[in-house]
Amino acid sequence: MGRFIARRLVQAIPTLFGVLLLTFLLTRLSPADPVQLMLGGQFDITPEDRERLRQSLGLNDPLPLQFVNWLWHVVQLDFGNSFYYHRPVIQMIGERIPNSLQISISALLITVAVGVPLGVIAALRRGGLVDHAIRIFSVSGHAIPTFWFGLIFVLVLGVQLRWFPIGSMNVIGNDCTVCWDRLWHLIGPVAVISIGGIANLPRILRTEVLEVISQDYVRTARSKGLKERVVISGHVLRNALIPVVTLFGGLLTIFVGGALVIEQVFNWPGIGRLTFEAAINKDYPLVQAGVVFSSLLLILSYIVRDISYALVDPRIKVR
Amino acid sequence: MATDATTVAPVGVQSAEIRRATAGLWSDALWRLRRDPTTIAALIVLVIMVALALGADLLADNFFHWSFTKQDILSSYEKPSLSEPAMWLGSDQLGRSQVVRLLYGARVSLFIGTFGAATSMLIGIVLGVTAGYFRGWWDDLVVWLVTTLNSIPTLFLLLIVGLLFRLAPLPLAIFLGALGWLGIANLARGQTISLREREYVLAARTIGATPLRVMWRHIFPNILPLMIILAMTDVGGLILTESALSYLGFGIQPPVPSWGNMLTGATQFLSKGPWLVYAPGVMIWITVLCLYLVGDGLRDALDPRLRGVGGGGGRK
Repeated sequence: MGRFIARRLVQAIPTLFGVLLLTFLLTRLSPADPVQLMLGGQFDITPEDRERLRQSLGLNDPLPLQFVNWLWHVVQLDFGNSFYYHRPVIQMIGERIPNSLQISISALLITVAVGVPLGVIAALRRGGLVDHAIRIFSVSGHAIPTFWFGLIFVLVLGVQLRWFPIGSMNVIGNDCTVCWDRLWHLIGPVAVISIGGIANLPRILRTEVLEVISQDYVRTARSKGLKERVVISGHVLRNALIPVVTLFGGLLTIFVGGALVIEQVFNWPGIGRLTFEAAINKDYPLVQAGVVFSSLLLILSYIVRDISYALVDPRIKVR
Repeated sequence: MATDATTVAPVGVQSAEIRRATAGLWSDALWRLRRDPTTIAALIVLVIMVALALGADLLADNFFHWSFTKQDILSSYEKPSLSEPAMWLGSDQLGRSQVVRLLYGARVSLFIGTFGAATSMLIGIVLGVTAGYFRGWWDDLVVWLVTTLNSIPTLFLLLIVGLLFRLAPLPLAIFLGALGWLGIANLARGQTISLREREYVLAARTIGATPLRVMWRHIFPNILPLMIILAMTDVGGLILTESALSYLGFGIQPPVPSWGNMLTGATQFLSKGPWLVYAPGVMIWITVLCLYLVGDGLRDALDPRLRGVGGGGGRK
């Protein structure tokens, strides 16, 4: 297992390199002049000063050298200072990551807690009313624009009915992390972002359960007199859940990527909203770091997915 | 082998099956499609949507008498009413007709979805098939590219691009497509790897067919149906991405209305004009839903064995 994890980590290096290369190239392709952006509205700066700053930032170096320099700093987790806030970017990202993780981890738990029972029920009541209802919910949940669903949540349950807060993480003046107030604020974004996963999971699980349930060993389990509940949870679900683990990669893509727009809708100060605001402010170092870190979260979650896949299914050989 | 089959079954059944079998892949699919009411219904909705989008100019001039840019500050935040056609769905903060803007929004969304998916298909099939056929360093490069792009959340990547350029609809469509080919390339590559070992491909190669000919004449037609199904779902996915991007202000720029950027305007005044929030979202939802349903229906029609594989909805 240790070798598997080590190999999987090594495999992630070229991917990470690609992410860094792409992020660097895209931001350097920009027609905007970083010196101009850094200095912003300060007009009392002579062209010579500008040139000196340009020289000291290494902007006159050839592009490959600039990339190597940037890479060298990034590897030491130094993304420079924000043009807008004049603070180390890495510090700002660090403050926001826990907030984003709070949403995506809760969403993952909710998706499993709701999706697994729905999938099993759909398979066991195959062709029945519940199965059809779950199928319709599945297809429409898959097609719904998540951010719009969020807007409706805010509009109806927040603005009109006032059951839920219309945004941010806590009531003003309260800054606890684990408390009822935070939970109350968390419900909206988590419910909205989970909808994609809750729509997907039952559909895949249903197919798996139906396939496993017709296997010989399930018939054996039944014929030796086991209760149906034990057969389903102990024999069927254990095997049916294996392919579902691969779905988690896709789920995390939704959660990490969707965070950008959901955090915006719910005014949640996570890494997505930070990157979005940085893009509005043309704060290049912050945007770069935001993209790199969200990609890093994704790469790490792919690794976790592969490891858990190998854990639940011993037949998977380390490749 | 052939004589074997003719002797086994009774004559009547046999001839019917031969007629069905020789009807060919596409007409066979059509035959199955006609027996699938959900897909037909979804298809009809899509056709109506396309017709409305194409006829937006005509309808705006002759029926609604209101262009999509026409403002009337005095009648801003008009509630939906049946008094005049242009106010069926109310008006926005500048007194523009919501229903007319929705029509033009349909045009933008469908345009971006189709062109984006076409771009995705082109890039995905070319890269996927060549990677799967040639293998070696080219395959490694393509796989690396797919893995890398897959590891960057799409919206974040688009944010950087939006930072650099304010894109018009066509370049935006091509750009979205150029980022959305990963799924298609993966599938095309996998299919090609398994097809290239088949006897008929080997036979073609022994008689001296060039790689280009083998890929174009022997592999491409075999993976095309699968690709079309995936492209259908892709159109839906692209519409969702475009709407989110435009909602954030980095996609389609006003005054060109898109369903996404109409929602940006609507949320700034959430309590003043709540009706402005519903319609654009419902339009996106219905369009994407129908695309997924048609994609599913096509998959079942083209190859019933694929039921439950990939695609958007996954009905039985």
